[in-house]
Amino acid sequence: MAPIAPRSGDAVFANVERVNAELFTLTYGAIVRQLLTDLEEVEEVNKQLDQMGYNIGIRLIDEFLAKSNVSRCVDFKETAEVIAKVGFKMFLGVSASVTNWDADGTCCSLILEDNPLVDFVELPDTCQGLYYCNVLSGVIRGALEMVSMKTEVTWVRDMLRGDDAYELKVKLLKQVPEEYPYKDDE
Amino acid sequence: MDGAAIYSLFIINKSGGLIFYKDYGSAGRMDTNDSLRLASLWHSMHAISQQLSPTVGVQGSSFSKPTPSISIAFSLLQHTKTEGMYAINRRLPSLDLSKSILAGTKFFVVCEPGTQRMEALLKFIYELFADYVLKNPFYEMEMPIRCELFDLNLLQAVQKDRVALLSR
Repeated sequence: MAPIAPRSGDAVFANVERVNAELFTLTYGAIVRQLLTDLEEVEEVNKQLDQMGYNIGIRLIDEFLAKSNVSRCVDFKETAEVIAKVGFKMFLGVSASVTNWDADGTCCSLILEDNPLVDFVELPDTCQGLYYCNVLSGVIRGALEMVSMKTEVTWVRDMLRGDDAYELKVKLLKQVPEEYPYKDDE
Repeated sequence: MDGAAIYSLFIINKSGGLIFYKDYGSAGRMDTNDSLRLASLWHSMHAISQQLSPTVGVQGSSFSKPTPSISIAFSLLQHTKTEGMYAINRRLPSLDLSKSILAGTKFFVVCEPGTQRMEALLKFIYELFADYVLKNPFYEMEMPIRCELFDLNLLQAVQKDRVALLSR
């Protein structure tokens, strides 16, 4: 039997169950608002959103692998392309572009022109330090960690803060080789 | 043999623990201890085979060009064409292995020798796992799977597969 061919982000997106985009956007808004009320500190909210994203990411990776038929990427460049073109498309319905590679190919930027999370959002003066979409960076970090890549994901540009696009900087810290046997404490 | 397409299914987590085991059909039922033992055996064999794999860095390690010592040690393992999936042909029921190629969870089914299209079933089981297990907010990662919806959908998939097999 021939290997199952990878599917494009569009194809997967067309086949999964979707919810109303507004419901999605408003639900996310409600979560962020509630976190602000509960935690009071904007910094804490950023952290909490990142942690929530991480928890989503470590589970989401399996769905991504199961439904997209993507197999092992050759290098980090391919990984970034797959996240931008297949991953974002599949789960958010938008695709991103990859630019700003550094010389050794371990750091790049994902640029989102369109971001369904922020459709109705205007940041008030009191929350200027808030990374509203911080959940996304957590998702990427969590998902990549499950496929043995330690990364650091930070926001460089944010339209809510007056920039012209959303830019996520993804930096590959190290690739953890799969090791057998696992140590007793793991 | 009551026409069972597969005899049993094992799902093994990253660190080798059996998180799901189910018997289908009447042949070869096992008690809990046996299934746990067998699961850790599959896990270790898979781990060893990866270490011995001549193609470094490819995790769905391939046995297409084994060195002599490897081929002696793993004459049991036969690589099928799909990356990350193996068939182990034994005289009795054969074993199909699929794993969530990169994320570390492994899926095994024991099936009738020569059963075709096991890859498709395994892939479908993986999708069910992603949908009904991982999306359950109360499922703890790496812990035994106790999700009714997963059981239900799995049973349907296996039965459908059995019907498809009989009609061939």
